[in-house]
Amino acid sequence: MIQYALYFAFGAFGMGQLFCLYRVVFAPGVGDRILALDTLAINMIALIALFGILHNTTMYFEIMMLFAMVGFVSTVAYAKFLLRGDVIE
Amino acid sequence: MELLGEIIVAAMLVISGIFGFVGSYGLVKLPDQMTRLHAPTKAATLGVGGVLLASLAWFFFFGDHPSWHELMITLFLFLTAPITGLMIAKTNMHLTWNPEELPDPGEDRNWATFGDSADSSLMDADPEIGQDEREHRE
Repeated sequence: MIQYALYFAFGAFGMGQLFCLYRVVFAPGVGDRILALDTLAINMIALIALFGILHNTTMYFEIMMLFAMVGFVSTVAYAKFLLRGDVIE
Repeated sequence: MELLGEIIVAAMLVISGIFGFVGSYGLVKLPDQMTRLHAPTKAATLGVGGVLLASLAWFFFFGDHPSWHELMITLFLFLTAPITGLMIAKTNMHLTWNPEELPDPGEDRNWATFGDSADSSLMDADPEIGQDEREHRE
């Protein structure tokens, strides 16, 4: 039962990644592009967690943590750059 | 116990998969820049939090030893998602909105992304210094 639920979740988040990629490429504004990149990073964390369940290992925890931190910092830095023309004042 | 664990983990995986899918689909489907901000910052974050909690439950029921690491990432994501949303909303406002059409903020300062407060950093803003002195200092 968990196997099928895992495959369903893999499919759902994979489709989500495709939607985000579409929005990165065909974005009407630059804010949407930042948002789509942030969502790509967040969905990737879910995919890595699912992969960890599938292979019954806790090894991927550090990768998830790094994805969460780098995704957040890069999103804020990009938004800040567009807002003020400078990342660190 | 085994069956209970399977039901809990499978239900959480399916529910959070639906949430994540809806969150990413809303990014494509919704009509307006500010409404598109809602889908990933709420639904997708909830979906990822659900997957991480399902991973926590999986290692609690079937793993060698339970780990609380996933809870830390869930907390981190739930703390950072509103900040991300705020920053992107401010960027949208700064790039596409017209400052003359906005309502008056009511104080002597303008909205945070427009006007004088946008030109000078908040770090060296001093409430004691008047408007003339601030212009003089610049």
